[in-house]
Formats: sequence, C-alpha cells, structure tokens
Amino acid sequence: MNIPSQIVTLLAGIILTLVSLWYGQNHHLLPIAASEVAPLVDSLFDTMMVIGTGIFLLVNGILIYSVIKFRRDPNDDTDGPPVHGNIPLEIVWTAIPAVIVLGLSIYSFDVYQAEGGQDPMDHSVAHHGKNHTQMAKMSGAAVAAPLIADSQGVDATPLMSEDLPPKQEAPALGTVSPKVGDSTKPTEFVVNAAGMQYAWLFTYPDTEVVAGELHVPINRNVLINISANDVIHAFWVPEFRLKQDAVPGRQTEVRFVANRLGEYPLICAELCGAYHGAMKTKIVVESQADFDTWLQTQIASAEVGLDRAIATTPATLTEVEYLAPYAKEIGVTAGVLQQLQPAAAKSVHAPSIS
Amino acid sequence: MTQAAQYQEKANLLAHGSEPENNWRQYFGFSTDHKVIGIQYLVTTFIFYLVGGVLATLVRTELATPESDFVSREVYNSLFTVHATVMIFLWIVPAATGGFGNYLVPLMIGARDMAFPRLNAIAFWIIPPAGILLMSSFLVGAPGSGWTSYPPLSLISGKAGEMIWILSVLMLGTSSILAAVNFIVTIVKMRIPGMGFNQMPLFCWAMLATSFLALVATPVLAGALILLSFDLIVGTNFFNPTGGGDPVVYQHMFWFYSHPAVYIMILPVFGMISEIVSVHSRKPIFGYKAIAYSSIAICGLGLIVWAHHMFTSGTPPWLRMFFMITSMIIAVPTGIKVFSWLATIWGGKLRLESPLLFAMGFISLFVIGGISGVMVASVPWDIHVHDTYFIVAHLHYVLFGGSVFGLYAAFYHWFPKITGKMLNDTWGKLHFALSYVGFNLAFMPMHKLGIEGMNRRIAEYDPKFAALNLLCTIGAYLLAVSTLPFLVNVCWSWAYGKPASDNPWGALTLEWMTTSPPPVENFEADPVLATGPYDYGMGSRATQVNVPFSDPHSPGLSAGPSSTLRAKADPVVAAMPSDRQGESNNR
Ligand code: HEM
Ligand SMILES: [Cu+2]
Ligand SMILES: [Cu+2]
Repeated sequence: MNIPSQIVTLLAGIILTLVSLWYGQNHHLLPIAASEVAPLVDSLFDTMMVIGTGIFLLVNGILIYSVIKFRRDPNDDTDGPPVHGNIPLEIVWTAIPAVIVLGLSIYSFDVYQAEGGQDPMDHSVAHHGKNHTQMAKMSGAAVAAPLIADSQGVDATPLMSEDLPPKQEAPALGTVSPKVGDSTKPTEFVVNAAGMQYAWLFTYPDTEVVAGELHVPINRNVLINISANDVIHAFWVPEFRLKQDAVPGRQTEVRFVANRLGEYPLICAELCGAYHGAMKTKIVVESQADFDTWLQTQIASAEVGLDRAIATTPATLTEVEYLAPYAKEIGVTAGVLQQLQPAAAKSVHAPSIS
Repeated sequence: MTQAAQYQEKANLLAHGSEPENNWRQYFGFSTDHKVIGIQYLVTTFIFYLVGGVLATLVRTELATPESDFVSREVYNSLFTVHATVMIFLWIVPAATGGFGNYLVPLMIGARDMAFPRLNAIAFWIIPPAGILLMSSFLVGAPGSGWTSYPPLSLISGKAGEMIWILSVLMLGTSSILAAVNFIVTIVKMRIPGMGFNQMPLFCWAMLATSFLALVATPVLAGALILLSFDLIVGTNFFNPTGGGDPVVYQHMFWFYSHPAVYIMILPVFGMISEIVSVHSRKPIFGYKAIAYSSIAICGLGLIVWAHHMFTSGTPPWLRMFFMITSMIIAVPTGIKVFSWLATIWGGKLRLESPLLFAMGFISLFVIGGISGVMVASVPWDIHVHDTYFIVAHLHYVLFGGSVFGLYAAFYHWFPKITGKMLNDTWGKLHFALSYVGFNLAFMPMHKLGIEGMNRRIAEYDPKFAALNLLCTIGAYLLAVSTLPFLVNVCWSWAYGKPASDNPWGALTLEWMTTSPPPVENFEADPVLATGPYDYGMGSRATQVNVPFSDPHSPGLSAGPSSTLRAKADPVVAAMPSDRQGESNNR
C-alpha cells in the first residue's frame, strides 16, 4: 500500500490533536476543588495540559520517527541533504508559540482577575493619597492595621492591632502588601492568621478566640490577614489553589470563598526551619450553624482556662497527638504561645501545640 | 569520510599540529594552557557532581518513607541545601562554561589560548578551595536554609554554616565573573581572520551570551550576599524585619542573579546540542541565525523575568502580570531552538551512538521542563504549585534532563578529542538507557505529588504520598547506579581505549582539524575555513550529493521543491551536478 505522505501527516496531526484534547481533560492530576476560584485555575491547567500534551507528542513523535526512519546505514559515509533553513517555516514556528503564550497570558490574566488579583493601577494609584495621609498620621510601630486594612471600602473590622504589622502601600508602583483573592466583593468574615515556627495561630477578631486550626463558614467571602512572627511562612490550601507568603514585617492577605464542606490540609509552603514539614494544620469548612457551635465551644473552653482547654478540646486532639512528641524540641510551650498572643485577647484558646 | 570534511581537513593540513607529550603532572599544577584548565575543570566538577549525587541519594533515602526517620530534620535541610548548591555552583556552571567552554572555545575559533591565560588559571583554582570549604561546613553544622538562603531564616539558623555558604558562593561567583570576562574578550577578539560572527560555531555564540549574563548578573548576587553576611555577623538590618529591613528585597536581588543563572546553566548546553545534533545527523544545522540570535534573545529576556519566583511573596499584582508575560515570551526563542534541532535531525543520516542518543534524550526531556515552565509562568497556576514538588520536578527536567543530559552528550562527543581515545559505545548506550529510565522514574511522579499538595523542602510528608515517593526513590537509586557504566567507561577507555583519529565524527568545526589531543597552542599555523561550520552535504560543489531532488514517495525527504524543510527549490544542491546552479536560496 502506498499512502501519500500528506495524508499520513494529516492523520498523525488529527490523532495528536484528539489525544491531547482527551488527555488534557482526563489527567486526574488535580486534587478536590473546594473554593470558588479553584475550578477556574483547574480549567486553565487543563488548557495548558492540552497544549502541553500536543507539544510533547509532537516533539517526541518526531524524535522517535527519526530514530526509526533516518538511521544511518553503517556503510554509508555520505552526508544528509544540505538543508540550511527555511524562513517561512521558521516564521511559523516562531509565530505559533508566540500566539500560544500570548493567549495563555491573556487567559491567565483573566483567571487572575477573577481570583481578584487586581486591579493594579486602581489599587496603588487611586487609593494612594488616602493611604498616604493615614500612614503619615500614624506613629510608630503600633500602627493600627485596620485603618488601612482595606482600601476597597470594606468595613474596617476590629483587628488586633498589636498583632499585625501595617499593610504597606507604597505611593507608586512599589511594594504593596501582597494579596491574593477577590477584594472587590465585600468581606463577610475575617480571620487573622499568624505564622510562627512551627504553627499557625488563627484569631477570630469578633470574639477574640484563638485557635490552632482554621474554621470558616461555607460560601462566605473570607479574608485572612496573614502575618509572620519570625521567618517567612506561606499559607497554602491545595484544595483552594491559593497560596500567600506570610512575610515578617508586613501584612499580607488571602481571600476566598470555600464552597465545599470538609476538612482540608492547610500547609506552610515556605521553608521555615527544621520542622517546616510538620507545620501544617487543617482548615474546616462548615455550615454557619456548625461554625457558630464551634465558636461557642471555643469561647466556653477558653473561659475554663488555658491549661484545661488544651486537654479538653477535641477538635485539636489529633494535632496535639501529632505534635506532642516533639513539642518540646520545637521549644513551643504554652508559655511561649501565651506571650505571642495579643495582650488584648481576654479569652484565649490553646492552639494546636502545647 | 564525507566530502565536506575531507575538504576542510585538506585545507587545514598545514595548521595540523603534532601530538603533545603527555605530562600528567601538569594537571595538578598551575597551568595556563586552556586545555589543561578545561580538563581540570571537568574532572573537578565531575567529582563534585558525584558528591552532589550522594547528597541527593541521601535526600531520597529520607523521603522513601513518610516519617522523618533517616537523618535528623536539621541534617535533612542541610542535605538538600548543599546538594543544590553543589549541583549548581560546583557542577553545572563550572562544567559547562569553565570545562567545555575553556577546552573548546579557543579551538573552535582557531586561537592558541584564551585571551588571559593566567586569569583563566586563577578562575579555576578558586573552585577547589571553595568546594572544600562548602563541604567542611558539615563539620560545624551545614547551612540549612535552602540554596536560596532567604532571610530571616538564614539569619537565625546556624551562623557558622551560613557564613561558610556565603563565602563559598562568593568565591564561586568571582570565579564565574573572571571566566566570563575571559570568554567575551577571547570570542570577540581572537577569532581567526575570515571567521565573522556568523561563521562562528553555535557553541561560541552560546558562550558569548552566557558570559554576558554571568557578567551582568553575578555582581548583584555578590552584593546581596555581602549585605546578608553583614546582617549575619555584624547585626545590620538590611534584610531583617525586626530592625526595619525588608526580606523581600533580598529575594529580588537573589533572583536577579539566580534566574539568569538557569540560563547560564542551559545556554552553553544548547550550544553543545547544536554542534552534536548537526554532526551526528550529517546535516547542516537548520536555521543557524535563528539559533544564534535566539541565544541573544534569551540572554536579554532572561534578565527581566526574575520575579516569577516571587509570585506569592511581596510582589504587587501589576508586577506579577509583567513578569508572567516576559516569562512566557522566553518560551518563544527556546521553542525556535528545539524546532530547529528537530528539523536538523529530520531527514539526516543519524549516527545513533551515545552522543546523539544523549542529545535526543536532552531534547525529549528538556521539552517537558519547558512545558511545565510555561505552566509555572502563569500566575494563577504558580500560586498553586509554587514551592511544591511540581517545581522540584520542573527544575530537574531542565537541569538534569536538560543540562546534565547535554553535558553527557558533550562528554561522549568530545572525549576522543580531549583524550585521543574513543569511549566504548555499548557502555554508553547502557548508561543512556539507565539514566533515561531512572530519571523519568525519579522525577515524573513529582509533578503529581506537587499538584496534589506535597510541598517541597520537607523531611516528612503525608502518608498518602508514600507510594509515589517510593517510586521516586527507586528511580533515584537507578540514577545513582547509572553513573557507574559512565565512570567505568571513562576510566577504562582513557587508559586502554581504542585510539581516536583526529576527526572521528567527520565534523567540520576547527577543533577537529588538529591532532587528538591537540598540542600546546593548538595549531601549527592559523587554520582556515574552507567550509562553514555546518556545511555537511555541501562538499566541493563538483561532487554528487546523494539526495534525490524529488522523490514521489516521500517528497518531504527530498532536497527538492516539495521538501518539508525548504521553502524553495534549491538548485545548488540538486542531485545531478548538471542541475546545479547559483547560490543557495536557503542559507
Ligand atoms: C542524582 C539525581 C538527583 C536527585 C535524585 C535529586 C533529588 C532532589 C530532591 C529530592 C530535591 C528536593 C529536596 C527537597 O525539596 O526537600 C532536590 C532539590 C534540588 N536539586 Fe536535585 N537531584 C538530583 C540531581 C540534581 C541536579 C543534576 C541538579 C542540577 C543543578 C539538581 C538541582 C537541584 C536544586 C536546585 C534543588 C532545589 C533545592 C532547594 O530546594 O533548595 N539536582 N533534588
Ligand atoms: Cu514552613
Ligand atoms: Cu526563573
């Protein structure tokens, strides 16, 4: 049989496209999607997988075909055809990748926008005057973060002022307090997260409950104000596809809407020392009712007192178990934790490690 | 022997030197001969590669099980920190630029030595003490804050180890700067008459771009590390937030060097692949100018993408977008190279021995690293996978699948020139098979691990990741084993191998126009260019080229008008001498 090579090429192209399209949707690489933005990130990844699979198959297909087809006959000492180049072909393989990456950039920009990554100019320029004057009025280190906490006009929630470093908004295009998440929607729920070697401390500003794991109600716009007490940490929930570094000396934030009930790992993703691998807790997404119940038990057990609370809080038990063997080694003791906690907090719940 | 090679060799008979006396002592002393220095670099860095490999194997042994049960957590952090530092600063960078660059650049441009031979020797002799210094840190508590050494962590964990790390990297950076100056001057000033920039072998273009990058970027790293050492020992507060410093500034300075550094590690290898693919496919390199200038494009773009390592730290949104776009655009010149290599291979007469196998392995693995690279350039995706095993997979696909496979290809290709002995090809193929399988086994699963939630730089992990991690560890052991055939092959062949002819591959570049190994000062007289560096199949125009002008069954492979690879008919290379006329359309 003698099939013309153009047809073979066409068929190969079609098969390659179909395989890429199929694999791009069926790679099973992603974990559960539990936040509103996660499906957006996932379809971005699927798209990139389609393109990536195509390129991978093309390149490796050509290599394998060449190995079979263009082997040298051992007795043949002559050279191959002296083809030096082909400008149109080169233009094609410059232009197509250029279009692809531009398309991906625009798509990624879109997803980032939907995640609420920006609007960049608006943020740093339009609000700069306001922030600037506020910064000027405030003195010293005890700057009250809430005043500038949200230049998007969200109700400034009473935060723990001593706990959080100020958000830094440079007047022009410089440093900002880095953030990820949609800041255009009104914030419905705020938690302050403080990273320290090797644990997270979550403070619920309304009730001043402090906990070692993060509970949030489902389907609410959640804002996490992140700070770090010692070295850089990072707040990562793989199921949310969101990550934000906790940088000492500046406040950062992450916003999300969790839309799937369940418990997910909350991981420190920036090397922070020997026990970096152990620095993880969980985030519990629950209904408002469940959340309220949880909060009440926290308040109640906090009133019983720090020492007792440690022993009696079932919610943190697994983690206490987990960390107990080396809590001493880490050097985190109840005393240390207490010291780290804001003086203003009148009710304190023992965090995960004791 | 092919026509073109005969032609080039005949023209250079006068320049052909005579075999040097072998004096092994010179390899242990302060020699200013670029070939001796090149070999010193290659042997030294390969030893450090073995050290880095042992550290990697220890890292993987710890990760074979979810618990932290093999070494202490502090030691684990030191293991991967020193592993990465060794691999980058003591293996890839000095082996690719210092080793092969030194050996090959003067030969390729027909020079007798580098422009500044003493500087060259000094640049080399900085490396062994710096490496030993770094190793000695294990005695006082090795650095454990990653090869990125971000403050404040680097300021509070083990002062002595951290200081040793800084000193060692500063020394290695100095060496790299000295070498870069030397390469630029040599390539710009010392080419033989008649070799314009566009007649240079592509490896020289790559070395030019690399040296420029090293020269611009390395001083910034030095600055960052000097400030860091002030913070560390005299308690200044450049990067320390408790005193009003800003740790994010360090990240900017660090990555301003360290992103270009990845191009310092890959560009020379791109150059080697261009040489090897063309020689062993017996075809001219496809799109010489596109490959040459894309190195320059990568060099320029490579300087403005650094903040893609900081998408989750202190980077404002508009900057994230800027760096996303520049990072994505870098894929374009890189793609040009990959497609040009494929077009070079296409329709060639492939000599499928170890050099070409490793070069093709390079292309097939590097492309995976390139694809995951575009993925992590996308901000939303990087926000998810930053600092996870997805990144570890990506960086090893470019650094190991890319640079290391390329370096192996180069070892197999130039070993006959360097030693005058052929390497055994069967052992080479075994080496290739083991490396290729072991590599994919060790690093492919890491993509999935990272996406699913395994962060990097951890000594213990969630038991749900245990199975894939065990697979990675088995792959890593296989990789460790794969170096044995290579070592045996090199040692045995160097001593007892089949003597190599001057030009065993029938190549056209000038390093093959002298003896193997070349004499001191390389050539008896100035070599000349009878053909271009890649004019395979061109030969003397009077002879017949064995490619049909048209072929009804597979027109794509013919030299004629319907060839996939050419735009216009090219009468210059027509099969029948009587059909030939004029200048090539496709040059
Ligand atoms: C023998 C093969 C190798 C194995 C099995 C291996 C294994 C690993 C592993 C498991 C890590 C992650 C450590 C962690 O995050 O906990 C790592 C990190 C790294 N490796 Fe390799 N590696 C190998 C070769 C190389 C080579 C050839 C390079 C070339 C430059 C390299 C460069 C790096 C770098 C830059 C890091 C990042 C370290 C950090 O996070 O600070 N590795 N390696
Ligand atoms: Cu951490
Ligand atoms: Cu980079």
